[in-house]
Amino acid sequence: MKKTGAEIVFESLKQEGVDTVFGLPGGAVLTLYDTMPKYSEEVRHLLMRHEQGAVHAADGYARSSGKVGVCLVTSGPGATNAVTGVATAFMDSVPMVIFTGQVNTMLIGNDAFQEADITGITRPCTKHNYLVKDVKDLAATIKQAFHLAKTGRPGPILIDLPKDVMAATTEFSYPSKLKMRSYNPTYEGHPGQIKRAAKLIAGAKKPVIYAGGGVIISNASRELTSLAQKLSIPVTTTLMGLGAFPGTHPLFLGMLGMHGTFQANMAVTHCDVLIAVGARFDDRVTGKVESFSPHSKKIHIDIDPTSISKNVQVDIPIVGDAKNVLKTMLKSFEEEPAQDWPKIHGDWFSQITHWKNTSSPEYKPGPCIKPQFVIQKINELAGGDAIITTEVGQNQMWTAQFFKFTKPRTLITSGGLGTMGFGFPAAIGAQVAFPDKTVIDIAGDGSFQMNVQELATAVQYNLPVKVAILNNHCLGMVRQWQQLFCDQRYSQTIFEVAPDFVKLAEAYGAVGLRATKTEEVEPIIREALSTRKTVVMDFLIDPNECVYPMVPAGAALTEMLLV
Amino acid sequence: MRHVISVLVDNEPGVLSRISGLFSGRGFNIESLNVAETLDPSISRMTLVTSGNEQIIEQIIKQLNKLVNVIKVFDLTGSDFVEREMAMIRVNAESSSRAEVLRILEIFRGRVVDVSPKSYTLEITGDEKKIQAVIELLAPFGIIEIVRTGKVAIARAKKDGSPLAKGREQKLES
Repeated sequence: MKKTGAEIVFESLKQEGVDTVFGLPGGAVLTLYDTMPKYSEEVRHLLMRHEQGAVHAADGYARSSGKVGVCLVTSGPGATNAVTGVATAFMDSVPMVIFTGQVNTMLIGNDAFQEADITGITRPCTKHNYLVKDVKDLAATIKQAFHLAKTGRPGPILIDLPKDVMAATTEFSYPSKLKMRSYNPTYEGHPGQIKRAAKLIAGAKKPVIYAGGGVIISNASRELTSLAQKLSIPVTTTLMGLGAFPGTHPLFLGMLGMHGTFQANMAVTHCDVLIAVGARFDDRVTGKVESFSPHSKKIHIDIDPTSISKNVQVDIPIVGDAKNVLKTMLKSFEEEPAQDWPKIHGDWFSQITHWKNTSSPEYKPGPCIKPQFVIQKINELAGGDAIITTEVGQNQMWTAQFFKFTKPRTLITSGGLGTMGFGFPAAIGAQVAFPDKTVIDIAGDGSFQMNVQELATAVQYNLPVKVAILNNHCLGMVRQWQQLFCDQRYSQTIFEVAPDFVKLAEAYGAVGLRATKTEEVEPIIREALSTRKTVVMDFLIDPNECVYPMVPAGAALTEMLLV
Repeated sequence: MRHVISVLVDNEPGVLSRISGLFSGRGFNIESLNVAETLDPSISRMTLVTSGNEQIIEQIIKQLNKLVNVIKVFDLTGSDFVEREMAMIRVNAESSSRAEVLRILEIFRGRVVDVSPKSYTLEITGDEKKIQAVIELLAPFGIIEIVRTGKVAIARAKKDGSPLAKGREQKLES
């Protein structure tokens, strides 16, 4: 059956089980959009208002559901607008396929209208990318792209589609087999290494598990929780790992790193065995690398060999899928005689409790609304099934500290790239993936304005996303750094002009609510959660609140500022 | 420490760019880079000379392996291998020095590939030490221009005659 390139794209999406695409049309993708209505039963397209929003939405869809997120944008400026979204997904290892339009093959390299060398531009920020020059290669390319996107360490794959290739025809048959001689991730950990690691853990007096986003990507929460419970080992997670281990569990130490809890940072510094799973020893976590967990033997389980011993040398590296490795490790412990782990680690737990009592993230109630209070109330009223997205900055850190995530894929946040403006479109993507769940974007007033235009998308598709703006009329996190390290020289961080967010929401047809006093917070949240409309909540918070604890840049984890 | 790394890659447009982008993006150093087709026209071999401490070299090799178009990476340094480089050197050769230049060329088993009234262009192949020696000996005459290929290297054959890299097929589990 002869098909056009455009038809092949949609047929291939069907083969891959894709039923949702986020996008924005343009000249180069006209043929694709003209073919789209033919497939409207199988593939739903959501019209976004900015290509960055389209990519973030596909990203939020992917992170919340575990499926591959798909988006479609046009050439030139459409593609370059998407770059921030692609880089965001790349840094956080999100499985996505991004289709970009491109000018006719004959015009490539000619400085044509709306032409951009997007494959060149995104080479460093995609897992891989393709320029399809011949329609005969299209189906196989798409199959390869989806395979790469979701296997090994997932990542965004970009496919550049020239306009004439979309119009050209060829015999379509979706390949049933894939041959990639140069791509072969390791999924099973080396049995010898796993045995050595198990032995090391068994002999530990002060072990700590340091779990990252990889545990969630690998769907290994259950195995991680089983291991920690069985051996009575305390667990700390990175920002990306929140939810991998229940945040209310007595073994949970809280997040570690620059804004981590006192007990988590102290435990990691003083442990004798550090078990890193699906985490990459990022600079936000390690602080001064030379002082990071200096006395411990380290086990590192990761699917990506490049992450192992990149920043911190480890003693027992295990390349493999977290779920598989943890399962094998659990089995080896089941075969050993049971030991009284809580007793063996008893002194360690006493020490940890002492640290917990020394300092916990807290805030003093005051005349203004406290952002931490807003987040606690949202946690209380929205429940553990809610999906929370965040923007970047103080809003993100307070969410990580004060919202107790108990399930994986309930916190959607831009950790690696730290992209302001990510949260709202990502919330839209998550809501599309889970129409019946509560989805809330916890935002700062700076971040929300970066993709505010997506309010139109939310209202158009009746997506009941709730936005909670922690409004302090400034670029909060930068202002905090200026307060602490620049002698309070607030250079360009105060927003002298800001929109009335309630009126702005209403201008888009959404509901706008405002709270100016602490006693208004709960009723506003209740009102927002009770309606099936898109709601923007404007919380006027104390502008002087800072995120504590804080490890200054370049300092060791133990050098936390507590107040 | 200098390392010679031999990389087998898919012969596709953009692969060279990916590799050089990898090095520049991560601040790794490329001293020289050479690439050409192998017997299988869909596979190219790239010979890279880079430098760094043990940790950096380990990262370079891992990052190269991570690239989707890279089939196999061999760190030849530390093993038995043969390295060669070719240089074309245009040297001043006035009537008084012409004979001397040719004598030096003969000693190093090079060839003349171009002649002009005032110069010879010589072609020399050898390992790094030999090329360096020739350049030093010719320098006093006045080297006008020099073009070098950079290193290519090949591992010495195994005693049992087994081949090195083989393409692997991956079956897709759905």
